[in-house]
Amino acid sequence: MKYLDEYRDEELARKIVDEIRRITTRPWVLMEVCGGQTHSIVKYGIDRLLPNAIELVHGPGCPVCVTSLEMIDKAHAIAQRPDVIFCSFGDMLRVPGSECDLLVLKSRGADIRIVYSPIDCLKIARANPDKKVVFFAIGFETTAPSNAMAVFQAKKQGIANFSVLVSHVLVPPSIASILQSPLNRVQGFLGPGHVCTVMGYREYEPLAERFKVPIVITGFEPLDILEGVLMTIRQLEAGSWRVENQYPRVVNREGNRVAQDLVNKVFEVCDRKWRGVGSIPKSGYKLRYDFKEHDAERIFEVKEIDTQEPARCISGLVLRGVKKPHDCACFGKECTPEHPFGATMVSAEGACAAYYAYGRHLEANPQTADVA
Amino acid sequence: MCLAIPGKLLEISTDVHGVRMGRANFGGIVKQVCLEYTPEVETGDYVLVHVGFALSKVDEAEAERTYAALQQLDQLGELDTPDVLEPSESDHAFFNSSS
Ligand code: SF4
Repeated sequence: MKYLDEYRDEELARKIVDEIRRITTRPWVLMEVCGGQTHSIVKYGIDRLLPNAIELVHGPGCPVCVTSLEMIDKAHAIAQRPDVIFCSFGDMLRVPGSECDLLVLKSRGADIRIVYSPIDCLKIARANPDKKVVFFAIGFETTAPSNAMAVFQAKKQGIANFSVLVSHVLVPPSIASILQSPLNRVQGFLGPGHVCTVMGYREYEPLAERFKVPIVITGFEPLDILEGVLMTIRQLEAGSWRVENQYPRVVNREGNRVAQDLVNKVFEVCDRKWRGVGSIPKSGYKLRYDFKEHDAERIFEVKEIDTQEPARCISGLVLRGVKKPHDCACFGKECTPEHPFGATMVSAEGACAAYYAYGRHLEANPQTADVA
Repeated sequence: MCLAIPGKLLEISTDVHGVRMGRANFGGIVKQVCLEYTPEVETGDYVLVHVGFALSKVDEAEAERTYAALQQLDQLGELDTPDVLEPSESDHAFFNSSS
């Protein structure tokens, strides 16, 4: 096994789809939480293989999309300083701030570098002792251990010119916020497989119980997603609401304890503002006081910036599964990945960008009628 | 950016700062990975890697079990076929992507 090709087998996919069709007796709305899953679903057309009665809505799980405009503007303010080398994952570069994006700042002369791993920034910091190297540390729980390790090693190795601008977000509070909304339509969740690789899935059990929703921790390959849908529909049809694990080859209930320990040592939970959604209590990580020498928000006193999204963008509703990209009048017209208006168009894992990438802006709105 | 993919561990080492590192093969592309979070893995294991960090070992037995269970599906289906079926869409294009 190489753990990729096997999970793209078309014949097996057909069997799972047939089984889903066989057991589905009425309409259900499921949400995949993670942007990587959204991307797979649209890329492989998985939502179109499913019976019409099953609607997949796309969740808030793209960390690039949900990084707040205020935080992007802070990043821009820091990146423009002449003494700074600003490092970021590649997909943050096109994300629009209030004025422009990082790519534009780079073309104006700012030293902005794309890194594959946060640990690469330590090498850059060592090689440039006269510069301040800042990493834009965004991500869900999946990325937190990597960012925590970069900060931990910087402190341990005495790399004083390395700091992080932290905008971490957490999945369970966002699920709770979706389920609490009076507009909520979601009846079952495909849980975020890679987040749970780190965190395990214990913290999803109280959510399933409290809101009486099945949550199936699901992988990212086409067969994983189809099996996740099958397991969720089985529960819904049977009237049960448990946490189940479709992805046991990398996820267990406890998660990665070694990683969790370092994350807890470096970060603490805080309230966090999500782009398109607003502030969610206890939904993010910030650096602990012990690591303040590596906290870019403390080092560079960036004033709070008040920002506004374009009024016509409905990405907040898209992120919560209330609306789909086709429901937006701007989708694929004024708003494209080249000129994104809002959160869900800014990264390839956002629902609007994924729909656009696979040509769905050229089609009529396929949803509605037979679903409701 | 949340991509995490399995790679086969070719080599394990410790860098000058005492950090457990390794090299993993991702379908022909070999990259450095940090192994601090997977103290249990050995050369030859598959690891799930995200932004340069191995987050877990891929459990071979579980992978086989998931796959085998999926292959059993149609046999279950035949035992208990409901009276009314939706029209089949089996001519639907599967996995309409080129990549
Ligand atoms: S298409 Fe653009 S404007 Fe419309 S909801 Fe998506 S991101 Fe916002």
